[in-house]
Amino acid sequence: MAPMLEQTEAVTAGPVPDPMLPVPYRIQRVKQETGDTFTLEILPEDPSQGFTFAPGQFNMLYVFGVGEVPISISSDPGNVPLLKHTTRVVGTVTKAMRQLKRGEVMGIRGPFGSHWPVEEATGRDVVIVAGGIGLAPLRPALYRLMAERSKFRRIVLLYGTRTPEDMLYRHELERWRGKFDLEIQVTVDRAASTWRGNVGVVTTMIGRAPFDPSNTLAMLCGPEIMMRFTVMELLKRGVAAECVYLSAERNMKCGIGFCGHCQYGPTFVCKDGPVFALPSIAAILGKSEI
Amino acid sequence: MKVPTQRAKTAEPSHVGDSFVVEREHLEQLLQALVSRSYELVGPTLRDGAIVYDHLTSTADLPSGWTDEQAGGKYRLQRRQDQALFGYAVGPHSWKKFLFPPQQRLWQAARNGKGLQILPAEEQAEPKYAFFGVRACELHAIAIQDKVYLEGQFVDPGYKARRENLFVVAVNCGQAGGTCFCASMNTGPKATSGFDLALTELLQDGRHCFVVEVGSVRGAEILSAVPHQPASDADRQQAERILDHTARHMGRQLDTLGIKELLYRNYEHPRWDDVTQRCLTCANCTIVCPTCFCTTVEDVTDLTGEHAERWRRWDSCFTVDFSYIHGGSVRATPRSRYRQWMTHKLATWIDQFGVSGCVGCGRCITWCPVGIDITVEAGAIRASDSIKAPPDQSKDSP
Amino acid sequence: MIQTTLEPILREHPFFQGMEEQHIRLIAGCSKNVRFAAGEVIFREGDPADHFYLIREGLVSVQFVIPHDGLTTVQTVGGGEVLGWSWLFPPYRWHFDARAQQATHALAFDGKCLRAKCDEDHDLGYDIYKRFMQVVTERLEATRLQLLDMYGTHA
Repeated sequence: MAPMLEQTEAVTAGPVPDPMLPVPYRIQRVKQETGDTFTLEILPEDPSQGFTFAPGQFNMLYVFGVGEVPISISSDPGNVPLLKHTTRVVGTVTKAMRQLKRGEVMGIRGPFGSHWPVEEATGRDVVIVAGGIGLAPLRPALYRLMAERSKFRRIVLLYGTRTPEDMLYRHELERWRGKFDLEIQVTVDRAASTWRGNVGVVTTMIGRAPFDPSNTLAMLCGPEIMMRFTVMELLKRGVAAECVYLSAERNMKCGIGFCGHCQYGPTFVCKDGPVFALPSIAAILGKSEI
Repeated sequence: MKVPTQRAKTAEPSHVGDSFVVEREHLEQLLQALVSRSYELVGPTLRDGAIVYDHLTSTADLPSGWTDEQAGGKYRLQRRQDQALFGYAVGPHSWKKFLFPPQQRLWQAARNGKGLQILPAEEQAEPKYAFFGVRACELHAIAIQDKVYLEGQFVDPGYKARRENLFVVAVNCGQAGGTCFCASMNTGPKATSGFDLALTELLQDGRHCFVVEVGSVRGAEILSAVPHQPASDADRQQAERILDHTARHMGRQLDTLGIKELLYRNYEHPRWDDVTQRCLTCANCTIVCPTCFCTTVEDVTDLTGEHAERWRRWDSCFTVDFSYIHGGSVRATPRSRYRQWMTHKLATWIDQFGVSGCVGCGRCITWCPVGIDITVEAGAIRASDSIKAPPDQSKDSP
Repeated sequence: MIQTTLEPILREHPFFQGMEEQHIRLIAGCSKNVRFAAGEVIFREGDPADHFYLIREGLVSVQFVIPHDGLTTVQTVGGGEVLGWSWLFPPYRWHFDARAQQATHALAFDGKCLRAKCDEDHDLGYDIYKRFMQVVTERLEATRLQLLDMYGTHA
């Protein structure tokens, strides 16, 4: 290994921060959300460090010496620089991330990528379809919608998870349902007989969900297959393709369009996405191994 | 600092776009003029049975009197009958290894207690390269990588510095290689832009000289340190004849008409299954390709665990891990990985950067261990394209 | 008469949307209004399947017992949806339990009565089978998605 740290002086922050350089953030709280998901709440070490982001954007989270993973920001864009990232323990980095404790420091690069078209939803019905952990990247959009609730017409959240125990942000959703005019329909793949809610895939809820297809903006995030079938149901109901937005996922290493890993057909998910208008990826959506 | 001992023969200043003639015996002074201006000179030289790009100290390092025989999966050096300095096509190296090194340390980090300190890679003066002998296809390849690293939302600072420092001596190709198809890709064989000086080697009737086209003020300044004279019409015409001959003797050709749409509508073409039977997914094509830019990062720590570094390394879409996500790879099969590579080169690249990702240099054909030929594969898909391309607009009668 | 009061409800229910008037009249005679209290069992696995239900309001859980997991809900059927097709095919027995999850208001159709009418009037039979086919297809597709465990790690 090459000699390290010849210069131990502090980082000299240039006028434009290097997008390749992680910025230290300190963990304020680690919250177990479900069996395999958790949320990290972090604040910048340097209090003067500003951070703004739009709903749907992601950060690259670095665990010291282990590696980096792209994680959507799931906190309120109106409450920065506190950032929350909900993630699932799936690989080496997220496993190490789960071991981090309050007070430890991690690196953040971002925010990167495109965002949910919240402004474009003004005066329209908004249908949000989330699957599993796919609710996390949509939560900042919900914060924005709730912050200016009167600007929008009906807001419907259709949320599918494997079991009732896999639901994210349950208390928050219940609070919102009580406080705002927000239609929330939750469904699970299966449940014990004690579950009082819906059982079935989230796509089956679209047919009867209360929204006006001719004046609706839809935002989808979840497993690719769920989004494909959701798209079919939305189009069947008469929602125009250009009013459907979905969040795609691919391997990401750099976040800035250099490394090539996140290519999805002609797009780079890190900079053209992760949020795409359906027509821009309709030709490749569902194609195997693209 | 070395100062050229011989003054320019011509008194008038060299102008951008003008052509001059430099005799073979004065070429050394061109190299030394660059060295004396503290350029790090790199260019073609013989090593390990191939013509590679490496550091040059003088024209003696150039592969004088050598040529190469290239075919699918085949590369052989041969002696020429003459002492041409540039009598061969491109080899396994491309200039990207200098402009975008295969391994770069991005930053280092130190743990201090619970804290974390990130330090940028130490400030080091980026090398000031002079590339000697850049072919037209390679100029296009550099321009394509510029689009990736300089012309997007984000700029790679190291690449930018190396690129800005760069001095380019291009060489117009005196002969086409066995796997070349730059004429199909409109990227050669003549260098038309992106150089400071462009040479065309003339070897006829015992005369050995170079027609030098000036491409920039910097180029003119360097040339002023080298004995030169205005190119005659006859010199220019001979240079044109050579280039015309090269263009007409391409080893390969590729029909690019509507190729983006062709590949977009043939994601499920049976030819992908066919090529899978041959492709070893060895990644050679991506390593030798002068435009391939994919990288990965590696995070490493030392034994104490107190220091960490991030390294960026060339990567290839042919590796299984390339598309790894949530415990599996998106492109798990070789079929999909070859399809990704070729479709990226010839189709999606156009949507991403406004140009093809292929410059027709033929390296991927020559260095493929089983001789898979991108022109043949694209041709096979076109030959059995179920949907015919729209009629060529240019053929419409008025 | 009961028929005259139920016909408008049939016409409005999504399941019978667009059905010809004469067919509506024919099947109305096989139907009746039913209500189930929350927690009430509508039918049990193995029982004769002599009815199907158009749910008007409420929520019904389709359940069965999975060893070790106990009684498990695999699907819920809500307002505007149809519950049960075992009445269509021999041996006319339920393959699952159905339990009202909430107070549920439905139209119950006498399967035997409807089968007889379908046998008599194949136009009606064709129409009804097409409608059920649609439901069966949708359920099959939904079941396939559930089988994928698509929210799992590898999705």
